[in-house]
This record gives sequence, C-alpha cells and structure tokens, in this order.
Amino acid sequence: MKVTMHVNGRQVSGEAEGRTLLSAFLREELGLTGTHIGCDTSQCGACTVHVDGKQVKSCTMFAAEAEGAEITTIEGMANADGSLSAIQQAFQDYHGLQCGFCTPGMVMAAAALLEEIPQPTEAQIRHHLDGNICRCTGYHNIVKAIQAASGQPVAVAAE
Amino acid sequence: MYNFDFVKPSTVEEAVAALADDEAQPLSGGQTLIPTMKQRLNAPETLVSLLGIEALKGVTVGGDSVTIGAATTHATVAKELAEAYPALAALAGNIGDPAVRNRGTIGGSLANNDPAACYPAAALASGATVVTNRREIPADAYFEGMFATALEEGEIITRVTFPIPDAAAYVKFEQPASRFALAGVFVAKFADGVRVAITGASEEGVFRWSEAEEALSGNFSAEAVSGLSLDPDGMMADLHGSAEYRAHLAKVLTGRAVTAAG
Ligand SMILES: Cc1cc2nc3c(=O)[nH]c(=O)nc-3n(C[C@H](O)[C@H](O)[C@H](O)COP(=O)(O)OP(=O)(O)OC[C@H]3O[C@@H](n4cnc5c(N)ncnc54)[C@H](O)[C@@H]3O)c2cc1C
Ligand code: FES
Ligand code: FES
Repeated sequence: MKVTMHVNGRQVSGEAEGRTLLSAFLREELGLTGTHIGCDTSQCGACTVHVDGKQVKSCTMFAAEAEGAEITTIEGMANADGSLSAIQQAFQDYHGLQCGFCTPGMVMAAAALLEEIPQPTEAQIRHHLDGNICRCTGYHNIVKAIQAASGQPVAVAAE
Repeated sequence: MYNFDFVKPSTVEEAVAALADDEAQPLSGGQTLIPTMKQRLNAPETLVSLLGIEALKGVTVGGDSVTIGAATTHATVAKELAEAYPALAALAGNIGDPAVRNRGTIGGSLANNDPAACYPAAALASGATVVTNRREIPADAYFEGMFATALEEGEIITRVTFPIPDAAAYVKFEQPASRFALAGVFVAKFADGVRVAITGASEEGVFRWSEAEEALSGNFSAEAVSGLSLDPDGMMADLHGSAEYRAHLAKVLTGRAVTAAG
C-alpha cells in the first residue's frame, strides 16, 4: 500500500506492507538512517521519533498507522541554518555520548521532555529516560546535557 | 513477522464488522501486540486498528466515577485524571516509559490481562465495570486467570468505568528490566469496605486478597495487615523472585499502599 506522511516538515510517500514498521519505513524507504534500531523489541529507545508531537518507539508502530501524521526524526532536529540545536550542542559540550548509537533516541526523548517540562529536575530527567538505554556513558553526562540544554546550572562544568 | 492486512475503521460498528472474520484481531496501541507478532506468537491475517475511532478515546469525570475510553493512552489518563482519581493517574504515569505511555491504551492492557500488568489491579480493586460492544462486565467477573478474560471472540472493550474510592493507592515493585510489576498492590477504600487487588504475584493473574480486605475494613492502617500472610502456593516463581519472595513482597506492598493512601 502507499503511505503518505509529513516527515521533518516535508510531505513524503512510500510503499509499505501492513507489517512494515515505522522504523523500517524511515530508514529503508526514506533513507533516514539517523533513527537507529538497537533492539527491535521495544526496550532500548534508540528508534525514538515524534509522531504528532509525541515521543514513540518507531520499532513498535506500523508505518500504516502513521498515515497523515507529522513525524520528526533526528534529521529534523538541527536549526534551520544547519547548526546543532541547543540539545544537540549540549550533548556535544557535556560529553553526553560515546559511541553515539543511543544518541538520536536520547535527543528525541530529551526534546519531548523539555517541551512538556522546560526546566526538569534531575529526577524528572532520569524518570523520563526510563525507556532509553545507553551502554556507554553511564547516563550522568546525558542528564547534565539535558540540564544544560534547559538553561539550568550543571554541577560539573564542561572542560 | 508474518504479513497482514491493515484496516482503520472510524466507528465501533465498522470495527466489529471487520472483526467478525476469525483471523482478524484488534490493534490498539500495539505495545504488546507488535512485540508478540514479531516473535510470531501471534499471526492475525487482518489487524483492525481501533485508534481511528474517536468514540473510544478520552476521559469523562462524573460525580463519583470516571469513565475511560478503551483507546485512551496511559499518558492521557496520567494527565487528565490527576485530580479526579490521583491513584489511577499515578498508576498510568508509571507504566513502562514515556513512549509506551504515548501509544499503550487501557483497553489493550485489560484485554491482554498480563499477570504482571498494572491496570488489572486498579480495575479489580476499584470494582470497575468493563463495557464492551455487547455488555457490561463487572471486574469481579472479568479477569479469568493469566492472559484470560471474559471477552468472547469478536467482542471489544469500548470503555471502562471506575467508581472513585474515598482513598486509594497503587504501589508496585518494578522488575527493573521490563518495568512491569514484580508485585503490585492496589488498595481502594470505599464507604462500605476496602478492596485489595494484587498483580504480578499469582499464577492465576490478578486477584483480590480477601483476608487483607476484611482486616483493613475494620482498621485502615498498615498494622492491620502486618500479621497476615499470603500463601506462596500458586505464586509465580522465576529468576526474579521465588514464590515465597513474591508472597512476602505482596504483603509488604499492601502495607505500603495503605500508608500511601492515608
Ligand atoms: C517496554 C514496555 C514496558 C511496559 N511496561 C508496562 C508496565 O509497567 N505495566 C503495564 O501494565 N504494562 C506495561 N507494558 C504494556 C503496555 O501497557 C501495553 O500498552 C498494554 O499492555 C497493551 O495495550 P496496547 O494498547 O498497546 O494494546 P495492543 O498491544 O494493541 O493489544 C493488546 C491485546 O489486546 C487486544 N485488544 C486491544 N484493544 C482491545 C479492545 N479495545 N478490545 C478487545 N481487545 C483489544 C489486542 O488484540 C491484543 O491481543 C509495557 C510495554 C512495553 C513495550
Ligand atoms: S529499536 Fe525500538 S526500542 Fe530498541
Ligand atoms: S553512547 Fe553508546 S550507547 Fe549511548
């Protein structure tokens, strides 16, 4: 079947079967490989995107369910001039990534959090990241990056 | 995953007609169904999405009850019932993670009746009514054991009505990897008595602990249950906890839930 949606502000169409996952549609049909597939079992959050402004795991939603929806992926997060968004820049400044595999999902989760709670506490940040797994950083620098991106003071300054 | 036809009706009648086919199955948030389809534990020929049906969505607050449409997400319940039924809102706000809460729905959770799911405990302890396209089912007659419910072939949940207790709380001890309950206890105090429902513990799925209900109806305090014990016989045992551990945990959590309900 043909599926049409708005991805990062542009209308796109592509072919999908019933069983085509949104993650596969974004990566294989649209070539947007910034959305990562870590587990494909709804556990890791690497595939997190926004559907109509809400954070979801794109490996646990069918492409057909996104017909007509507004989708934002990591490719849509940079500023209009191509520079990194505040959240992305903070991940770089505060060493919020090592291998970077989880980072697209972390950034999308962080963006959804700051949309809802502009100045979250550390506990709120950690609770919100419940579904995003990082095997490298130990999370501390991810939490700091999100605190920094929200304009809050961060315990240890970046080097 | 095996392929299937995807349909998205906009009314309950159309959905029920599409589900008349033996090989068709409803799809709500997909947070349980999609993972089981990936594992080929489930292979419907047609998936009937319920999320295009506006009549199945949303929350209505009445004087002494709240009604939740079957296709209402956990995130919506967490947000919109924070004042009317805070214990239920808090339960919804702690299911899984934000992405799961943005897709997963109460209807899917109650239809699935996972033995470690949260909503079954709330429905049973509140004495909720599960409304389907055919009838109204009291919670006491709805849950029929692990993954089993009173729902018949082709029957779909349309909404759930929860009486609002005078005091209530849900306490779950999370299995840290899945975030499901290793044991979870929902305590609800009404004018005519206390109801206690336990999830995550029994091989029979969610159940009411009548001994604790009796003790708490006389004296609504954690001490009232401290001397009681649950029989480990029939409790689930796995690498996360033995039957004895779960029986003990459920009792401890009952006390904590009573204290939290205040
Ligand atoms: C990472 C993760 C963590 C989770 N943690 C928790 C947790 O802590 N606590 C918890 O309780 N749950 C948890 N869940 C499960 C989650 O709450 C699911 O959303 C829920 O169990 C199923 O709801 P759904 O809307 O996604 O249903 P679906 O997956 O769409 O459907 C589930 C089943 O119900 C049937 N169905 C759906 N809607 C209806 C209806 N209206 N009438 C009849 N049948 C219907 C479907 O055919 C299917 O068999 C978790 C899930 C994930 C992926
Ligand atoms: S790839 Fe979707 S949650 Fe891991
Ligand atoms: S940076 Fe490697 S998994 Fe998070």
